[in-house]
Amino acid sequence: MTSQINLRLQHRYPGFALDLDLQLPGKGVTALYGHSGSGKTTCLRCIAGLERASQAYVQVNGHIWQDSQRNHFVPVHQRALGYIFQEASLFPHLSVRANLEFGLKRIAHQERRVDLAHATELLGITHLLTRAPHNLSGGERQRVGIARALLTSPKLLLMDEPLAALDSQRKSEILPYLQRLHAELDIPVLYVSHSQDEVARLADHIVLLNDGKVLGSGPIGETLARLDLPLARGDDAGVVIEGRVGNYNLNYQLLTLQLPGSTQHLRVTHASMAIGQPLRVKVQARDISLSLNPAEHSSILNSLRVTVVSETAADNQAHVLIRLDADGTPLLARITRYSRDQLGLRTGQLLWAQIKSVAVLA
Amino acid sequence: MPLTSADFAAIWLTLQLASLTTVILLIIGTPIALWLAHTRSRLRGPIGAIVALPLVLPPTVIGFYLLLAMGPHGYVGQFTQYLGLGTLTFSFAGLVIGSVIYSMPFVVQPLQNAFAAIGPRPLEVAATLRANPWDTFFTVVLPLARPGFITAAILGFAHTVGEFGVVLMIGGNIPDKTRVVSVQIYDHVEALEYAQAHWLAGAMVVFSFLVLLALYSSRKSHTSWS
Repeated sequence: MTSQINLRLQHRYPGFALDLDLQLPGKGVTALYGHSGSGKTTCLRCIAGLERASQAYVQVNGHIWQDSQRNHFVPVHQRALGYIFQEASLFPHLSVRANLEFGLKRIAHQERRVDLAHATELLGITHLLTRAPHNLSGGERQRVGIARALLTSPKLLLMDEPLAALDSQRKSEILPYLQRLHAELDIPVLYVSHSQDEVARLADHIVLLNDGKVLGSGPIGETLARLDLPLARGDDAGVVIEGRVGNYNLNYQLLTLQLPGSTQHLRVTHASMAIGQPLRVKVQARDISLSLNPAEHSSILNSLRVTVVSETAADNQAHVLIRLDADGTPLLARITRYSRDQLGLRTGQLLWAQIKSVAVLA
Repeated sequence: MPLTSADFAAIWLTLQLASLTTVILLIIGTPIALWLAHTRSRLRGPIGAIVALPLVLPPTVIGFYLLLAMGPHGYVGQFTQYLGLGTLTFSFAGLVIGSVIYSMPFVVQPLQNAFAAIGPRPLEVAATLRANPWDTFFTVVLPLARPGFITAAILGFAHTVGEFGVVLMIGGNIPDKTRVVSVQIYDHVEALEYAQAHWLAGAMVVFSFLVLLALYSSRKSHTSWS
């Protein structure tokens, strides 16, 4: 069985056309990222079969759900998927437990890979089982909705901005659960979002949608650093680095994070973690300054040896964006045009990137 | 004895007619209401208007056309004669058909409103949780639309009990077959038996009031979709 998701979708209605052709990894979290109206939700609904795209080929890890050329269309209820809507959409006439069992009851015993105890523990809702949906907070409802979908043991989890309807406090209440899900369950996830923060925390792969078309698709570290995509030009531009925990300095409370495939490392202030654990950090382009010499006698913790790959104009005249390479890990730096000329930057040049702040995404 | 045996026979017949009509209407009205609530078809307008016609037409108009259709020369009449059933005019079966058409909007419209209020989302959720459409109907739509079904059943039943014009046109006045309460009251008045008319008419007023009282007191705020 191939671990891949193949999508070809063409769907149009007045004022909008979705037209995409994607090969996505059949594991991990893939973010569909774009502004509202870019076709993210329509794309998800077409994959689920909630909407029937006029021209479509949908194949998930070996199962063909739709092939319009052969007039093949598997109805939604026969697709092994879990769908999380923006609002939790719990059944109001059923208790939390009955909501959770709704999907579970409808799949064969031999196909059940997630049990009720595990799902409720994973999402921290064990104490809510006897409650009615209208007695739950927004965050609790959404967690029940996610557990309900998981209990159908889906082969693909489709999440349509599951946090968008929640305030920031509820969001931060749910995000850790989603990260646990990612770490503990081997279910591929398509995650629709317009929040850079959620994408940076959760996604392994990102698809950038605009006006129904794919602007770019690839692994998150690589794609966020692509200068030809609008992501790099925004004020929030930056890269996500997933490294492994090297060692921990208890005295200074500093964690060493080894860059993948490199002897270089970053140091971040963080609680202790086991050596070898993966940890994700975000480095923003505006937090990197460039220097021709290694920084000495500086309060800046992190200084990486990098080479210049390319540059592009930023969203204003005063700045430029420089793409850097640190032994295979891409980085973005946003510096003034003046500094670029002062340093005389050119492709292939060896530099030191001084990083003012590294945000741990956990 | 305030009510005669003929009065009781009329009451019994009326209850049979109203019960049967309500059951039939719930069965055929549900798919019509579901379709009207969810379709994007261009036929939605015309079909909705046809279902609502009995709300505005005088019962005699409905009765008149049913009489023509079910009579020996009408299409329905020729068909039933071909089947060896004779004609449906002046029969209990004819009354049931007339009542179903006459009370249709009182059942379909509350159901349609209930289904529309549920919206498409619970149906989509159920489908993503592996429920097929029939399963979804019985486990999600039916429980969520319960207040709508109760309203539809009460209105359909009560409206059929109050029927007069259609009955008179297609059913006439045959004891135990087509003589319902409203016709019986008419007979009493024609015969100047005002005391008898009072008993029956008063019973109808009390019955109607109790039905509406039950309806309006049971109507709580709708369960919200969370």
